[in-house]
Amino acid sequence: MEYLDFELPIKELEEQLDKCMVIGEESDVDVTETCKQIDKKLTETRKEIYKNLTAWQRVQLSRHPSRPYTMDYINAICGDTWLELHGDRNVKDDKAMVGGLGKIGDQSFMFIGQQKGYNTKTRQYRNFGMANPEGYRKALRLMKSAEKFGIPVVTLIDTPGAYPGLEAEERGQGEAIARNILEMTRLKVPIICIVIGEGASGGALGIGVGDKMLMLENSWYSVISPENCSSILWRSWEFKEKAAEALKLTATDSKKLKVIDEIIKEPIGGAHSNREKIFKTVSDAIVKTYDEFKNLSPKELVKNRMEKYSHMGVYNG
Amino acid sequence: MTAWFKRTEKGIQTATEEKKDTPKGLWYKSPTGKIVESEELAKNFYVSPEDDYHVRIGSKEYFQIFFDDNKFRELDAKLTSKDPLKFEDTKKYTDRLKAAEKKTGLKDAVRTAVGKSLGKDLVIAAMDFSFIGGSMGSVVGEKIARAIDYSIKKKIPFLMISKSGGARMMEAALSLMQLAKTSAKLAQLAEANIPYISLCTDPTTGGTTASYAMLGDINIAEPGALIGFAGPRVVKDTTGKELPEGFQTSEFLKEHGFLDFISHRRDLKKKVNQYIDLIQNNPIRK
Repeated sequence: MEYLDFELPIKELEEQLDKCMVIGEESDVDVTETCKQIDKKLTETRKEIYKNLTAWQRVQLSRHPSRPYTMDYINAICGDTWLELHGDRNVKDDKAMVGGLGKIGDQSFMFIGQQKGYNTKTRQYRNFGMANPEGYRKALRLMKSAEKFGIPVVTLIDTPGAYPGLEAEERGQGEAIARNILEMTRLKVPIICIVIGEGASGGALGIGVGDKMLMLENSWYSVISPENCSSILWRSWEFKEKAAEALKLTATDSKKLKVIDEIIKEPIGGAHSNREKIFKTVSDAIVKTYDEFKNLSPKELVKNRMEKYSHMGVYNG
Repeated sequence: MTAWFKRTEKGIQTATEEKKDTPKGLWYKSPTGKIVESEELAKNFYVSPEDDYHVRIGSKEYFQIFFDDNKFRELDAKLTSKDPLKFEDTKKYTDRLKAAEKKTGLKDAVRTAVGKSLGKDLVIAAMDFSFIGGSMGSVVGEKIARAIDYSIKKKIPFLMISKSGGARMMEAALSLMQLAKTSAKLAQLAEANIPYISLCTDPTTGGTTASYAMLGDINIAEPGALIGFAGPRVVKDTTGKELPEGFQTSEFLKEHGFLDFISHRRDLKKKVNQYIDLIQNNPIRK
């Protein structure tokens, strides 16, 4: 178990509890009561810490090394119905963007999402969840294929951004994302988007336009990462906490700004503290959301979606 | 040496408006060091005659270039930005807005207008880089969306002139949503079979490139413009690689297949209208 800086009080109590139990087992001293008290304190502390998370702490949680990634959700939700599909039919198969078909109950879904790695090797293999243009084009190919057969699309968003590389620019990173955004506004099947970790800017939006936008409680969604915002506006990396607050990037703020529709609650301690529970919650949310849209005609669906995006923004006049 | 320059009268006060200044901008110096008289520059479409350097200009100049006799009607001129996030970095967003308005005389980073170009109606949305780096916030998104609506309603071709550093950070996720909003409108424009010309000028980067700038029926650019998704500094810092000569210029984009053509500023009006006539199967206007 890895602990974030603000979780240290939890770590301390857990260690105390462990020690207490060891004493109980190894000696004749009755520590049941002490253990119980520590346990109670632990639960309270955890609740207290998680109740008052700052924007920056949520950003930290969204990047927690044990946080479940896209494939964890897909494997848990679809089980052995999952069939991964590869390639953009043009340049290559982007490992930072995964996609394929799977079932929840009787219903097939096209799942698409950014994938991060678990250790140095797989992180590099997945390019830290930063897709190249071919990743976005692969995503679009799969969405078009889903549209052809009337299969709803679910996107799982978890990226620090689209990859800002030399070859990415040569192959038209901007164009690839722009094309996806446009096509997603008019795709004739339901699209459900879920931010499961990091939702950074165009890289997130490239698979993030849909009928319903959901966000996990400890994920973030904005136009730029707090670090980059700090470096541009404050000209220093030191103001990331301030930037995180200023950007209003948490799920609660995003909902207030109406850039998302719903928040998916995470277990206390974050998604990684109870993986089975979060998988179930997300699966249920997908089914419930799909129910809202499955009876709409393609025409109504697209009309409503375009209507929704035409209301985004705040201005005078 | 007597003090002939000594001030004899004390306490001379000149009101600011009466102060005389050397007129600014009589001369322009291009990046290669060529010097040109400002008047001459304006006559030459703000292109330095000796080295063909295309000086950054704004909506005012582009309207002048495209609309016959500089006659046009501005659309939604009164929209202004709000500060929904109460954003504050080293400065308050509201203060930045005020300062930008004062400096530029503009209300936000895009102006939209309709007028005749070679005798036929054209809707133009032209961005102003001088207003907070041409950044795209709610107002930019809304004005572009409404201009496209106007194009659809009146069946008039739409020309977007991009000049932007990307999304406006001070509107965070709301500014990100403008990518989706404008793209949804462009999908409707496409559905109505109305030509959309995207003109990329220096610079066109970030969220602008990741939305309307790359979605034209034709994408065109002025020579030597910086066009890209991630800025060159970011690419260099991330990859640690030296960037090749001419990386992310118009010519680079054309070579990689993202631009239909590059046009000198003096030919823009003719070429854009030529495309419109060709694609709509009309006689080509002179």
